[in-house]
Amino acid sequence: MTVFAGAGLACLRGERAVFAGLGFGVAAGGVLLLRGANGSGKSSLLRCMAGLLSPVAGLLTWDDMPVGADAEAHRSRLRYLGHQDAVKSALTVAEDLTFWQRLHGARDPVAIGTALNRFGIAHLADLPARLLSAGQRRRVALARLLAAPAPLWLLDEPTNALDDDGVERFAAVVGEHRAGGGVVVLAAHGDPGVAGSILSLADYAPHSEVAP
Amino acid sequence: MSGFLALVRRDLQLAVRQGGDAALVLVFYLLAVLLFPFGVGPEPNILARISTGVLWVTALLAALLSLERLFVAEYEDGSLDQLALLPMPLAVVVLAKTAAHWLLTGLPLTLIAPAFAVILGMDAAGYPALVLALVLGTPTLSLIGGLGAALTLGARRAGALLALLVLPLYIPVLIFGVAAVDAATAGLAPGPHLAILGALLLAAIPLCPWATAAALRQALE
Repeated sequence: MTVFAGAGLACLRGERAVFAGLGFGVAAGGVLLLRGANGSGKSSLLRCMAGLLSPVAGLLTWDDMPVGADAEAHRSRLRYLGHQDAVKSALTVAEDLTFWQRLHGARDPVAIGTALNRFGIAHLADLPARLLSAGQRRRVALARLLAAPAPLWLLDEPTNALDDDGVERFAAVVGEHRAGGGVVVLAAHGDPGVAGSILSLADYAPHSEVAP
Repeated sequence: MSGFLALVRRDLQLAVRQGGDAALVLVFYLLAVLLFPFGVGPEPNILARISTGVLWVTALLAALLSLERLFVAEYEDGSLDQLALLPMPLAVVVLAKTAAHWLLTGLPLTLIAPAFAVILGMDAAGYPALVLALVLGTPTLSLIGGLGAALTLGARRAGALLALLVLPLYIPVLIFGVAAVDAATAGLAPGPHLAILGALLLAAIPLCPWATAAALRQALE
């Protein structure tokens, strides 16, 4: 059964239409892979799904209820990870995770320990983030997904900067999230190590640029 | 509520570890105040007469100095996306960040102002009114400034734009802040002026974060 769905979505960036008439549906435990060339609107679609960007047309639904009807409930059910890691250099890894967990209304040191272990960064817990490499920062950002659990994950190229071990760990975590009935929407260029139904943004490109 | 406190605590923690802004504001305040005796001349009567205005105008500029950075770091490292996606309203996030900004700039300015009043030879009868007026006025400066910071987020030359946008809105606070101290030094009751400063603050607490949150959402689109 479809949990998270969209129909007739259209998005404008500046004056330019990025995509139009886009529809999708993901069942509980499903993964939706967004595919498309640079600038085809993968990130814009994810930001629309998160509610950071309002689509000019179309409807997003969760359990057949429009997500706009209760924006606060939608925000509490989703975790979004964009291109930037949102990791503050001056805070330690453990402080960072505790902070975001607290803001999501949870208080669970055990979950933080587990999250660090799952991404193999437990030994970095007390280091300030400015000493971390790009891949390690990415792991911290991903660990947030586990520190404060939520059913819907919106991930924009989550495996960027990750090494093979990181991608493997990420795939395992996503597998568990699916097993628990979670939904993942994921934009990726290369192989994110996760299988799922594919949504090709090229199919929804506006028709203004017709090939000769 | 716990989210609000966690945010304030993080902002204070970041400020302490990264140093800079808060200390910079105080040093700027000191230097700006010290310029006046050099510029106006060491005439005690003149200095005492203009001391209230000098203290308020420089406090206002010092607050402005640190405002530009209020949301920029969060915007640049992607934290603002995450803050906008929290279950709590973005206006509460804004209020927490503004509170932290006030604790780091407005509060130290308020505490140090009487010392500067001594330097300028202000009538001692004005000290309590000066501190009270600053306690009530500087949070309003932070709240209005936060709105300016959100509106200029991502703009080129945001600093200059911010000053143009925000300084006119600071005028009511300046007028009643100075009037309260002048009333006290003239032997009149500063109460009515302080009451108006309090009213301005009470109006700004719900209105500014709400408008700031709207401006931030616009910046994220």
